[in-house]
Amino acid sequence: MTPGGWISLILSVGGVLTLFSWCIYRVLKAPEREHDLAHIEPQDRAHADE
Amino acid sequence: MSHPKEAWSSRLGIILAVAGSAVGLGNFLRFPGLAAQYGGGAFMIAYFISFLLIGIPIGWAEWTFGRHGGSLGYRSSPGIFHAIVKSRYGKFLGTIGLVIPIVIYTYYCYIEAWCLGYALNAAVGNLSQPGLNYGEFFANFTGAMTDGVALRFGIYDVGIFVLIVFVLNFYFIYRGISKGIETVCKYAMPALILIAVIVLVRVLTLGTPDPAKPDQNVINGLGFMWNPRDIAEGLKNPQLWLAAAGQIFFTLSIGFGVIITYSSYLSRKDDVVLSSLTACATNEVCEVGLGGLITIPAAFMFLGAAGIVGQGTFGLGFQVLPQVFARMPGGEIFATIFFILLFLAAITSSLSMLQPGIAFLEEGFGLKRKASVAFLGLVTACGSLFVWYFSKDLKALDTFDFWAGTLMIFVQATILIIVFAWGIGVEKGWQLMHEGAVIRAPSVFKFVIKYVTPTFLLAVFVLFLLNNVFGWNFAFGEAARFEPTSYVRDLIGPEPSQVARAGVLFIGALFVSILTLTHLAGKNWTTRPPSPGRN
Repeated sequence: MTPGGWISLILSVGGVLTLFSWCIYRVLKAPEREHDLAHIEPQDRAHADE
Repeated sequence: MSHPKEAWSSRLGIILAVAGSAVGLGNFLRFPGLAAQYGGGAFMIAYFISFLLIGIPIGWAEWTFGRHGGSLGYRSSPGIFHAIVKSRYGKFLGTIGLVIPIVIYTYYCYIEAWCLGYALNAAVGNLSQPGLNYGEFFANFTGAMTDGVALRFGIYDVGIFVLIVFVLNFYFIYRGISKGIETVCKYAMPALILIAVIVLVRVLTLGTPDPAKPDQNVINGLGFMWNPRDIAEGLKNPQLWLAAAGQIFFTLSIGFGVIITYSSYLSRKDDVVLSSLTACATNEVCEVGLGGLITIPAAFMFLGAAGIVGQGTFGLGFQVLPQVFARMPGGEIFATIFFILLFLAAITSSLSMLQPGIAFLEEGFGLKRKASVAFLGLVTACGSLFVWYFSKDLKALDTFDFWAGTLMIFVQATILIIVFAWGIGVEKGWQLMHEGAVIRAPSVFKFVIKYVTPTFLLAVFVLFLLNNVFGWNFAFGEAARFEPTSYVRDLIGPEPSQVARAGVLFIGALFVSILTLTHLAGKNWTTRPPSPGRN
C-alpha cells in the first residue's frame, strides 16, 4: 500500500462517512411532521393495506 | 379517479426505501472491480465528480418531480410527466420510466435467487467442499451452460429459489408502501449494514492468511484496490470516465422510474433535499466504505492478483468469493452471511421495481391492489420465465440488462433532467425542490442542473453508445476503428442470436403495450383527473 493508496482510501471512505453522518444527524434532528408525513390510514378502505 | 391514499410512515422510512433500492449487488461486486481495474486514485476522482454533477442533481430533480406529481394525485412516471408537462404528449415522456423497472425486475429476481441459493448452499457446506470447481458449480446452478436446465428444483439448482423470491416480492408489494416496502427496508437495510460490517472486520483482521505467501496480506490487498496509478494519465482515459459516471448513475438508482414513484407518496410539506442527499450518502457508504474494503482485498489475500483480474461482477461474486470464503477460517458462516447480505441488497431493490407498475395500473385504470398485483405478476412472470429458460451464457439476462437496464436508463434520465432544467425551468424547479426543505442546496447547483448535468450526461451517453453499440476503440484519426459490439451483432450480424432477438422483441412489445396503456390512461386522467394529494 503506497502513501497515495492510503490517501485515496482515507479521503474516499472518510468523505462518504462524513457526508453520511452529517445527513443522518440532520435527518434525526429535523422534526417529523406528525399527521402530515405519518398519514398511513387509507382513505379508501377498499384499497387498505392488508 | 379514485386510487389508494398510501404514504410513508416516517422520513427515515422513505430514505431507507430509496437507499434500499439503490444498494444492490453493484455496490459490493461491480464498484470494487472497476476501482481496482482503473486504479484507485484517478477512478475515485472521476467517480466523485460524477457523484456531484450527475448523481446528486438528478436525484434532487427526480425526488422533486415525484413529490410534485404526487401532490397533484399522480404516482407513476407517465402520470407525473402528464401532470408536469403541459402537453398532451407529456405523459409519453415517462413511459420508459415504467418499462425499465419492469424489465429489470424480470432478470433481477433471477439474480436475487442466486444469492438466496448460494446462501443456503454455503450454510449446508456445499460451497466449501474440497476440490469443488466453482465455475462449474455456478454454470450448473444458474443454467449458464445449457438452456432450460435452470428449470430444475433441487438445492443445487436455482429453480426453487426463483419461485421463493417471486412469491416473497409479490407478497411484500401486495402489503403496500408502508406495511410492505417500508417495513422490509426498515429491517433489511440495518441488517445489511451490520452484516457488511461483520464481514469487513473479518476481512481486515485476516493479516496474512497463508504464511507461505507473505505478499498476499491485508495491506497489499487494500493496496491492490486503492493504490493510484498515474492520476493525470488516468483522467485522460475516456473509458475511465465512462466507467465512473456509469457506476454512479446506476448505483444511485436515479432516472429509471423508482424514485419518482417512491417520492410521490410524500406530501408537499415533506423535505426532499436532505432526504435525497441522505439516500445517496447511505448508498455511498455501502459502496465505497463497505464494498470498497471487503471484496477485492479479501480476494487478493487468498487468490492473489491473478485470481481477480478479468473477473466481471458475477465472476467475482459467485466464483471468486466462494473460493475465498472456503479458504477462510469460519468460512461457511461468513459465506452464508455474505450471500444473505447480497440477498437483502437485492430484495430491497427488486421490490422497488414493482411499485411503479402497481402505481400506474391503480391510478391509470382504477385497478384494486389484488388486480394490479396479479396483472403485473403475469407480465413479469413471462419475462422472468424467458430469462430463466434461456439461461445459456446468461444471454437473455444480458440482453435485457443492456437494452433496458442500461441504455433506456440513460434516455429516461436525460429526459428527466432536461424537463426539470429547461422544460419547467430551473427557477421553478428550484422553488419546488425547496418546498418543505430541511436544508438548502448550494445555489451553484442551479447552474450545474441547468448546464453541467445535461451536458455531462449527454456526453457520457454518447460515449456509451460509441463504445458499447458502435464499438469505437477510443482512438482518433486513422487509428479510429468502429466494430459493432456483440449486442448489435446478436441482432443484425451474420450469426444472430435468436434469444437476443426474442429478448429485444419482448422489450419492444412491452414498450408498445405501455405506450398504448399510457394513451388510454391519459384519456382517463383527462376525463376523470385524480384527486390532488393531501397537502
